[in-house]
Amino acid sequence: MTAEPDDSIAVVATVRDVRDLVRSRARSAVEVCRDALSRIAAVDPHLHAFNTVVADRALARAESIDRDPDRWRDAPLAGVPVALKDNLCTRDVRTTASSRMLESFVPPYDATVVSRLEAAGAVIVGKTNCDEFAMGSSNENSAFGPVHNPWALDRTPGGTSGGSATAVAARLTPVALGSDTGGSIRQPAAMCGVVGLKPTYGRVSRYGLIAHASSLDQIGPLGRTVHDVALTLGVLAGPDPADATSALEPVPDYTAALTGDVRGARIGVPRALVEQGVDAEVSRAVNLALDALKWRGATLVDVDLPHARYAIPVYYLVSTAEASSNLARYDGVRYGFRAGAGRGTANGTHGTAEAVPYEGAPYGAAPCDLKSMYAKTRARGFGPEVKRRIMLGTYVLSAGYYDAYYLKAQQVRTLILRDYEHAFTGTDPVDVIAMPTSPTAAFRIGERAADPLQMYLADVFTVSASLAGLPAISVPCGFTADRLPVGLQLTGRRFDEATLLRVADAYERDTGWSKQLPPILSR
Amino acid sequence: MPSRFTRDEVAAIAVLASLELDASEIELFARQLGDILAYADQVRQIDTTGVPPTASVVARLAADRPDEVRPSLDRDDALANAPDGALDAGFFRVPRVIG
Repeated sequence: MTAEPDDSIAVVATVRDVRDLVRSRARSAVEVCRDALSRIAAVDPHLHAFNTVVADRALARAESIDRDPDRWRDAPLAGVPVALKDNLCTRDVRTTASSRMLESFVPPYDATVVSRLEAAGAVIVGKTNCDEFAMGSSNENSAFGPVHNPWALDRTPGGTSGGSATAVAARLTPVALGSDTGGSIRQPAAMCGVVGLKPTYGRVSRYGLIAHASSLDQIGPLGRTVHDVALTLGVLAGPDPADATSALEPVPDYTAALTGDVRGARIGVPRALVEQGVDAEVSRAVNLALDALKWRGATLVDVDLPHARYAIPVYYLVSTAEASSNLARYDGVRYGFRAGAGRGTANGTHGTAEAVPYEGAPYGAAPCDLKSMYAKTRARGFGPEVKRRIMLGTYVLSAGYYDAYYLKAQQVRTLILRDYEHAFTGTDPVDVIAMPTSPTAAFRIGERAADPLQMYLADVFTVSASLAGLPAISVPCGFTADRLPVGLQLTGRRFDEATLLRVADAYERDTGWSKQLPPILSR
Repeated sequence: MPSRFTRDEVAAIAVLASLELDASEIELFARQLGDILAYADQVRQIDTTGVPPTASVVARLAADRPDEVRPSLDRDDALANAPDGALDAGFFRVPRVIG
């Protein structure tokens, strides 16, 4: 159960450490890569953080970095092993979104974030497990089986970027990318004791991200320290001609913002929102974190977000509507899985088709027409949560219910946005808003699986920043009595990741949470 | 609004969604969709008179680009993932639609 050795590069090193070791040639990129790969081989069988590990590709890439040190001398991520959530397209590397539908899908192009990471010297080591099509809050919706939380193997790592959070927490890679639609970077970061940032909507290009809900999806980094997350964001951020929603705002030097100085910073606390339904141990850890920031010179200010308590229902109406539309593309024609039909052979290089009509089909196993091929493909290719959301989204968009649900939810989304605007720019403006990332620490695998509504409530504090398009970060702020990590969430102004990172970093400097090792790594 | 869907209602949504559901899924979704929408009903109680809907939080779209002919995805690459691709002809094959 216990991995070794503990003195390997991955355990001691942050992104910055690894990068500096490679740039100074104290370690080769190949040594660093081998270390990450051997750690994955030793530990990941207990965790299942990875869907795919690309050892040969990673080593070849590391060798090419070692061969040309001049080229990578100033590269911000020289030789840094990176794990990518398996909904980010990687050319010639299987990208599944943890769905049967895309089990053997091999993208013909790289996501923009992948190109940017590689241009910065990063070495991609694999694709991480997640909830199917990034729908869920526990990673239990993966078609390939759940991820186990490195702090307690019988618990979930949160979701949907649970594999990425687990990879970082278990020191398999120093940094990983996730995607966040309603909390999917921040919530698993909190539950695994790592730092996770959802940037402002538009800050990072989504070209090559498998779409879930397009008005909400953002890509962001998960790391052990705020500095590593700031460094990685600097590589990812910026406009991209391939994504019309990517923003033109200039990208500052995020690491330069980490001054440790929060004197005069005004931190809003929505007391009414966090009064109810929060586990007592989570409340205690978050309140102690706020005290620490106050001690550093920040001012705590009460703020009111009166519509944030409607964020969960609004989110599940808006996101399922968008998902039902986005996932219409999975029809068994151009890529992905096709249920037994048609000619029954996979003539493409990567596609999958069943050779014969499957037995036990509800409408019989007769050769089917085009429409029933679509319906059977989607029935067999999608898992239960994805089907549930497609059904809900289809319903709320359907004639007669559109105004009552979808339009209404979009109007309340406006009210949630205005609440934040008022807090950030009103008569008593704040710089960031603080609350727990998640109302509870990591829950047990299976505990909530039978009750989708109960599962949705895990996102109660993360979805409102998503609906408002605001940047938000989760930073570790302690542990429960059971040694489960707790996260503090900070939400900032649009495109003001710098302030968010500055406050999070200042807090982190006063704590040793990021240095704690999960039990799976101790001898 | 129904706090519980009938089997026929669920089946009708499934047709719109191009999803073939079995009897147990129809039963399950009838209950769960009802539960979720009953919970979502609190949103419908909020006064939103005169409030515009937010479909997107993009404040300013990136500038238009010139409409120029540029290379796009290679045809073989585009067909490589097809469950039933006719590589020589350059087609995706589907079940017979006509006659």
